[in-house]
Amino acid sequence: MSLFEFISQYWPRLLSGTGITVAQFLLSSVVAIILALIFALMKMSSNRLVKGAAVTYIEIFRGTSLLVQLYWIFFVLPLFGLTLEKFTAGYIAIGMNAGAYGAELVRGGIMSVPRGQWEAALAINMSSAKRMWRIILPQAVGIMLPPWGNLLIEILKGTALVSLISVTDLMFQAKQINASTYLSAQIFGTALIIYYIIARFMFTPFMRWFEGFMARKLGKA
Amino acid sequence: MEDMSAYPLEISGDGTPMVSFQKVRKAYGPLVVLDNLDLEVATGEMVSIIGPSGSGKTTVLRMLMTLEQINAGVIYVDGRPLTHMDKAGVLVEATPKHLRARRSDIGMCFQHFNLFPHMTAIQNCMEGPVHVLGLTKAEARDRSEELLELVGMIEKKDQHPSRLSGGQQQRVAIARALAMRPKVMLFDEVTSALDPEVIGEVTNVIRKLVSEHNLTMLMVTHQMGFARDISDRVCFFYDGKIEEQGRPADLFGNPKRERTQQFLSAVKEAV
Repeated sequence: MSLFEFISQYWPRLLSGTGITVAQFLLSSVVAIILALIFALMKMSSNRLVKGAAVTYIEIFRGTSLLVQLYWIFFVLPLFGLTLEKFTAGYIAIGMNAGAYGAELVRGGIMSVPRGQWEAALAINMSSAKRMWRIILPQAVGIMLPPWGNLLIEILKGTALVSLISVTDLMFQAKQINASTYLSAQIFGTALIIYYIIARFMFTPFMRWFEGFMARKLGKA
Repeated sequence: MEDMSAYPLEISGDGTPMVSFQKVRKAYGPLVVLDNLDLEVATGEMVSIIGPSGSGKTTVLRMLMTLEQINAGVIYVDGRPLTHMDKAGVLVEATPKHLRARRSDIGMCFQHFNLFPHMTAIQNCMEGPVHVLGLTKAEARDRSEELLELVGMIEKKDQHPSRLSGGQQQRVAIARALAMRPKVMLFDEVTSALDPEVIGEVTNVIRKLVSEHNLTMLMVTHQMGFARDISDRVCFFYDGKIEEQGRPADLFGNPKRERTQQFLSAVKEAV
């Protein structure tokens, strides 16, 4: 069976799997971005309890396997009375894992905004919350976009793990088709290409555009 | 030091100095930057601070802007303590809330301008009035346009800082500080990072402020000619202390202390 014939036969399942993968990717990215921001700010807090909580979160989620975290959230949390639907467990686990890496990126971005900007904001007597939100963060975003591009691609690739808790994403569909047809080269080849197309031809151009947009906003272009 | 108290202050209004440093000490670990500093600035007075680098002159301004904490002593602004607050008759260290309330009397311009790069010139000026003082956008825009007019930057009001020269950025920075209507303006080496040909456009703005407005100003500068022209008083800092201070004509024309003489002649040679 040629690749063309193969795709024309199985495209509905591949398409639905791709849709789930993209949804997992977008939702985990949102979770990661929000958590990264919250924990980065917490880690920079002078309150030791707040800081300690952030350090603990970052250490646990960076220091252990994503797959184990996923199993924990899906299989172990129900034992403590917290049951998540598998789709939700999937993007929450990936988002929490990536959020721990993202927190360090956000913190690094914030720290690399020149000191003079903090001082100028203080000199016009801005509150620390407004100073962060209106002066520092917009500039930090410009600085940290390239590493965030990498992290988000890691998230996209990481979503393949949710197939292991039976979320019907692209990888899950590929395994199912493989199990019933044994056309391993065709199906996993196709899956590979689809992941690549999303990362290289959809996500990367978007990040390029966004970097250009931020550069214009920061008056650099 | 002994000449200091003999200097007659020309104090306007009710006689309370606008700024008063009392026995202020600042140290970074074992390094003492300012020791036992007493300095009073009258309302409407323009005081220039000169001296070799490392003499603590910039620190004076940074402490007043609350960018640096002091280790001992008290700073008063407009008759009320800035670095401390009155708690049942005892001065205790100021809380962040107190600092925020008192800081509104002070504005500052920096050596490297520090304009917000993601905002246009006018947005830089409107930021504080809108988001700190709570003015409406229309009020803040009127105020900002007036000030950009004053510093001669109105035609560039919609440009981002990256499109402006150093002199233009510094003039916008002055307008941004003035938009907060401070009682005291601090200029920290505002011409040091500028190309020689644009220094004049910034000093002219400061000249205009001195002649037309009754602002109290402290200026750290290396422009001796400028300091001589516009100051009411010049303070020469050396090694964390005021070595000598006086009217510009006296201090530049007839410096009494040896270190002042050395410094001034070294500066003259460099020019």
